[in-house]
Amino acid sequence: MIQLEHITWSADGRVILDDLMLTIASGTYAVLMGSTGCGKTTLLEVLCGLRRPQKGRVLIDGCDVTSLEPRERGIGYVPQDLALFPTLKVYDQIAFALKLRGLTAAARVRELADELVISHLLDRQTETLSGGEKQRVAIARALAASPKFLLLDEPLSALDEAMRGEAAAMLQRIQQQHQLTVLHVTHSQAEATQLADLQLRFERGRVEPVFRPF
Amino acid sequence: MITVAYVIFWILLLGATATYATPDSWLRVLASPEIRHATWLSLVSCTTAAGFALLLAVPVGYFMSRKSFCGKAWLDAALDIPIILPPLVVGLCLLIFFQTWAGKVIEKAIPFTYTVAGVVLAQFVVAASFAIRTMRGTFDHLSARPEDVALTLGCTRFQALWHVALPAARRGMVAAFCIAWARSLGEFGPILVFAGATRMKTEVLPTTVWLELSVGNLEAAVSVSLLMVLMAIVVLVIVRRTGEKV
Repeated sequence: MIQLEHITWSADGRVILDDLMLTIASGTYAVLMGSTGCGKTTLLEVLCGLRRPQKGRVLIDGCDVTSLEPRERGIGYVPQDLALFPTLKVYDQIAFALKLRGLTAAARVRELADELVISHLLDRQTETLSGGEKQRVAIARALAASPKFLLLDEPLSALDEAMRGEAAAMLQRIQQQHQLTVLHVTHSQAEATQLADLQLRFERGRVEPVFRPF
Repeated sequence: MITVAYVIFWILLLGATATYATPDSWLRVLASPEIRHATWLSLVSCTTAAGFALLLAVPVGYFMSRKSFCGKAWLDAALDIPIILPPLVVGLCLLIFFQTWAGKVIEKAIPFTYTVAGVVLAQFVVAASFAIRTMRGTFDHLSARPEDVALTLGCTRFQALWHVALPAARRGMVAAFCIAWARSLGEFGPILVFAGATRMKTEVLPTTVWLELSVGNLEAAVSVSLLMVLMAIVVLVIVRRTGEKV
């Protein structure tokens, strides 16, 4: 379970996260909507530890992780621009987290590549890939670290209409297969309707639940 | 039109210099032991100074590019001081520093004043500023996002720099090294003041040009100048080929 308690973040005199409260139960596919520039990415960065909140606590499964480094949180992060490592081939992108931990990478990389249908791309440099292929590589890279939580910042925004449905189905399958708790940021109501167990709306620095289907 | 005129102007300048000395006299001058020593010392000292400059420039450039803090603009300006100071003043500052208590303690461990180490230090002081500027520009052009993702994948801040930022900045590092090297090759004022111009000891190629001019040996001065032009062109080609843009 992810909990944010009274999180406050401001920059240049502008309050972006204002005493924000949020709870996402384990195994939930949560979709967060909000207007451009409202602070959704800041929220994700606070969650995964890239920004330290000025006030408040971040709890993961009941443990206070506010002062922990990103690597200690077990959260996978796929930013909007995907941020693939510019010098590494697809194989090495996916193997990155495994090599850091001193694990044998080959079998796990093959397994993830098969799952995300990118096995044929393993020897390719990332700049030669299409938007959809890059997105799958970024997700495989995050999954290789075996996170319990996955943060996706507008993961479908760079895809054309035809590919979005397929990609959304893939995200849903991954979440179920890896038993992940997902927080997915988007502008699209259609995406939220298709994917969300929990819909959230970000407004004026706070998050409110919109719809909880049961 | 203006660009073409400017390039033609430089071609004429270099052409006139190149045709001033005959190939025979050029080879004769370059074969002399003093000039061979100066050439060797220039190559070794420039490479050493550029290496040290790069070692400093990578962490400083990274820090200045990635971090925001109070007084950053002042620190940024301070890092450029060696670029704007007149070269002789840099040499004088070094000379005076090594007369202070702290300087004398350092001198006991490594003698710098009027030594080869002093040549390297004089080259390093100025070259490092150029290398820092180049590395900072390189890191400014590289998104910090991949490093952020690396942190979530298990990296420490240093590992993210080592595994992600540095490989991406390799072209910038080559460019910074080459710029520091070329700058060191042309350094004259600080070396003259701080390390002296002793033949077969602290004489580097710019010092040779000055020494030969001062005794009226224009042919030798021209030959050495052409050698330096050749070296500068080689460095420029390397920078262009590796690409300053990352």
